[in-house]
Amino acid sequence: MSKWKPLEKMKILGKKYPRIDGAEKVTGRARYTYDQFKEGMLYGAILGSRYPAAKIVKIDDSMVWSLPGVKAVLTDVHPTGRVRYVGEEIAAVAATTPEILGEALRLFRVEYEKLPFTLYLEEAMKDEAPRVFPRRSNVNKPRIREEGNVEQGFAQAEVVLEDTFRTQVQIQTPLESHGSMVYWDGDELIIYDSTQAVHGVREGIAKMLDMPLHKVRVICHHMGGGFGSKLQPGIYTVIAARLAKQANAPVRLMLDRQLEFLTTGNRPDSLSRIKMGAKRDGTITAFFAKTYGTAGIGNGAGVRLPIVYSIPNVRHEHHDVYTNAGAARPFRAPGCPQASFAMEQMMDEMAEKLGMDPLQFRLKNDSNPTRQKEWMIGAERFGWHRRKVTPASDPGPIKRGMGLGASIWWPGGRGTKASMKIYSDGSVEVFCGTQDLGTGTRTHIAAVAAEELGLELKQIKVHIGDSNYPRSGASGGSTTSPSVAPAIKNTAEKARQELGKILAEHWNVSPEAIIFSDGYVIASGEAKQRLSWKEACGLLETDVLEVHGEWSEGLSSSGVAGCQFAEVEVDTDTGKIRVLRIVAVADCGLILDRLTTESQVNGGIIQGISYALFEERLFDPQTGAMVNPNFETYKIVGTMETPEIEVILFDEPERGVIGIGEPPTIPTSGAIANAVYNAIGVRIKSLPMTPDKVLQALANQKA
Amino acid sequence: MSEKKNNKVKGITRRDFLKGLGSGAIGSAILTGGGLIPAESKAELLGPGAEKIHGTQKIELLINGKKERLTVEPRTTLLTAIRDKLHLTGTKEVCDRGQCGACTVLIDEKPMLACMMLAVDVRGKAITTVEGLSGSGKLTPVQEAFVEKDALMCGFCTPGFVMAATALLKKNPDPSLEEIKQGLAGNLCRCGTYPKVFEAVKAAAAKMRKGVAHE
Repeated sequence: MSKWKPLEKMKILGKKYPRIDGAEKVTGRARYTYDQFKEGMLYGAILGSRYPAAKIVKIDDSMVWSLPGVKAVLTDVHPTGRVRYVGEEIAAVAATTPEILGEALRLFRVEYEKLPFTLYLEEAMKDEAPRVFPRRSNVNKPRIREEGNVEQGFAQAEVVLEDTFRTQVQIQTPLESHGSMVYWDGDELIIYDSTQAVHGVREGIAKMLDMPLHKVRVICHHMGGGFGSKLQPGIYTVIAARLAKQANAPVRLMLDRQLEFLTTGNRPDSLSRIKMGAKRDGTITAFFAKTYGTAGIGNGAGVRLPIVYSIPNVRHEHHDVYTNAGAARPFRAPGCPQASFAMEQMMDEMAEKLGMDPLQFRLKNDSNPTRQKEWMIGAERFGWHRRKVTPASDPGPIKRGMGLGASIWWPGGRGTKASMKIYSDGSVEVFCGTQDLGTGTRTHIAAVAAEELGLELKQIKVHIGDSNYPRSGASGGSTTSPSVAPAIKNTAEKARQELGKILAEHWNVSPEAIIFSDGYVIASGEAKQRLSWKEACGLLETDVLEVHGEWSEGLSSSGVAGCQFAEVEVDTDTGKIRVLRIVAVADCGLILDRLTTESQVNGGIIQGISYALFEERLFDPQTGAMVNPNFETYKIVGTMETPEIEVILFDEPERGVIGIGEPPTIPTSGAIANAVYNAIGVRIKSLPMTPDKVLQALANQKA
Repeated sequence: MSEKKNNKVKGITRRDFLKGLGSGAIGSAILTGGGLIPAESKAELLGPGAEKIHGTQKIELLINGKKERLTVEPRTTLLTAIRDKLHLTGTKEVCDRGQCGACTVLIDEKPMLACMMLAVDVRGKAITTVEGLSGSGKLTPVQEAFVEKDALMCGFCTPGFVMAATALLKKNPDPSLEEIKQGLAGNLCRCGTYPKVFEAVKAAAAKMRKGVAHE
C-alpha cells in the first residue's frame, strides 16, 4: 500500500498556490466548448415543446428551409412523439449565423394534440391528477430504509415531536450552458462537449449513435460549471452530430438559457413529514420520516433522511412523484440539502423542547469523531456562546439570530488511470482523461506530479479533458480528487523508478539510493553524485520515458464531516432575511491546494445561501411553462448577498485525499433557518425563505 | 435581492435598449426586416440624420486598438460580432439578456454589456475586450490579483468580472468592500467565487495605488 510522505516534508501539497490555468482564464485565452470554432461551422438550435403534455401530430419544416442560411433541419428528434414537459426536444436546425436561429425556430409549424398535465408535487399526488405516464401512477412505490425497531424507539422516547418541511426545485444553471461543437472526420466523430465526463460521454454517444468507441472522441479543455448536471451524454450532442452529418459541416449547438433551465436537470423538491423521539437526557431514540419529491419525468428525488446524526431506530419511506417537468439530475450533494433543511430544524426544535443548547444536543447525538472536534473549533471561532437563549429578544424591528448545521459526505473515489512522458530536455507531460470543472483538477495533477518528482508546478504540462487519454471517471460526487491524485502519484512513482534505474546504472549505485528533490536527482549515501533534473533527463538521449499508472489503495479515503454556523438579520417589517456571516469548518484530509479548497468551500456555502433564500423554479399553472427561466427572475446570489465567510480547513493529512465539493453546500440552508428562528421566534419550514413567507409566519404567530 | 443590483445600470439595460429602439436615443439603426415597427411609423422614428440599414453591411470596429472590418446584419449584437465574427471568445455569452455581466466590455472606458448593443451602433467607439487588457502579454494588476487570490473557478464569468473590476478601479482607485460589491453587482458567478473576487479587487487596488505613487 502506497503512502503520502509526511506533510512537513511536502514542498507543494498542503500549501497555497494559484491554479496553473489562472492566466488563461483571466485573459480570455481559455477556450471552452462555447468558444470552439471551425471553418465552415454552423450554429445549431433545438426547438422545444410548447406544451407540458402533448402528442406531436405534425411538424412542418418547409418555411424553415425557405430561410436563407438554413443548412440542416431535423424533425424526428423525439423518439415517440409524446412530449411530457415544456422544452422537450422535438426539432432542430443548423444555420450559417447565430442570428438566423431565432427566426428559424419560429418558422417550424408544429401541430400538437394537447393533453392534460400536472406540475407540482402535491397536486400530482392527488388521485384525480392527470397521469404523467398513462400506465403508471404518479406516485411511485415507496423505497424503505429501516434500522432497529422504530416502534420500540418511540416507546423509549420521553419527548416526541412531529413536523413537516418543504423544499423547492433548484436548477444547476452553470454559466456555460450545455452543448457541443461537433464535426465528422470521415466516419469519426469529434465532439467538444461541456461535460463532467469525457469518457462517459464518449461511451454514451457511441451507444446512442451505434458507433464503435474508437470512432468517437470527446474533448473538454475548459468547462463553465456543471454541478452535477453535466455527468451524462446529451441529446443535444446527438442532434448536433446528426445536423453536422446532414449539412456536411461542423456544428456548434449550445443550449440557450431558457432550454438550459427547462431541460438539463434540477434538484428535486421535497415534502418531508418527520417524527422524532428523544429521552430527557438528550438521546434521540427514534426517527420516522415519510417523504415525497418530484424529479419531473425522471426518478431520483430521494431525501437522505435522517442525515448526520446517529439514531438507533429509523424508518424512512420515500416516494418519487412524477410531474410534467424536465427530469432531475444530480446536483451537488443529491438528496442532502433537502434532508438537512428538515433535519437541522427538527434537531433545534427538539433541543428547545428538552431545554438543551442546540450545539450540546448535537454533540450528544453525533458519533463522528472528526466532527466532534470541528463543532468545538467552529463554535469557538463563531462565538456561539453569544447566541441569545431566548429567540426574538432583540428590541426593534430588525432582529439577529444564530444557527448551525452539519456537513457529511460518503464516497471516496477510485479507478483513474494516467500516463506520463519525460523527455530528454527535462520536460514532463501528464495525461489523464479527467476534466477540470473549475475545482482545480488540472492544477492538482501538476502539484502531485511536481511534488513526487521534486520539481516545480510550472515544469509539469498537464493534458486532461480528452477521451484519448487514460480513462478516468466522471467528475461528480466529490470523487475526482480522491480518484485522480493517487493515480498521478502512482504514475510519478513509476517514472521515478524508471529514471532512477537509468541513473543508478550511470552512477553504478543501487536504484534505491536515487533521490528526487528540489530539481535535482541525487545519489544518496557514499556516491554523493548529483545532476540537475534536466541533466539527468539528458541521459534519455533520443528516448522518451513513458509510464502508465493508476489509482492505488491507501492514498485517499471516504467519509467527510464538517459544520457551519450562520448569523442572520431579519427585518420583521419587510420580511427580508440577510445573512451576515458564515463560519464553516471543512473536513479536508490531505489538502492538495489550500487556495482551491477554500474556493470550493466558499462556493458550496454561497450556493447554499442561494438555495436557502432565493432560488425556485416556478411554473405557470395555466400553460405549464416555467415563468422564470432566466437570471432576471430566477435569482441566484450575487455580490450584494454574499456575506462574510470564514472557512476553517480542518486537515487530517493521515487520511489521504478526500473529496470536499459536496459537503459544504449541505448544511447552509438549515443553519440559516435555525438562525432565522433564533432571530424572530418563528420557524420558516419551506424553502426558499422569501420575505412573504417570513411575514406570513410572523402574522400567523400573532394570530 | 438587492434593489441596487436590480436598478444598477451598467452599460445599457434591456429597458433602455427597447426605449432606445423606439426613440432613436441610443442608436440610429432600425430593424427593418423583422416587422418590429410598422412601416408607416418608421420614417418618423428614424428622425433626422438616421440611416437605414438593410441586409448585411461591412462595418469597421475599433477593437483593442485595432481597426477590424467585418460584415454584420443590423441585428448583429456587439457580442456576436466580437465572438463569432472576430473570434475573440474571451467575452462570454451566458444569458444574452443583460442579466449576468459575462459579456462586459469597455466602450470608451465605460463597462457595457456587449449582448445589449448592436454592432452597428458602436462604430467609431473604442472597444476593449478582455483580450485587449494585456495586449503586451503581461497581466494587468487586476488580472494578476485574480490569479493570485484564486478569484476564479470554472472561469466562465471571470472575463466579465475582470472587465467590471478594471472599470471600477479606474473610477474609484480605493473602493471599500461595500463599493466593490456594488461595483460588481451586475456580474453573476455560479461557482461562488465572490469572496475571493472581493479580495482580488482590494489587492489590485492596493497594487495600482502603489504603482501610481512610484511614478
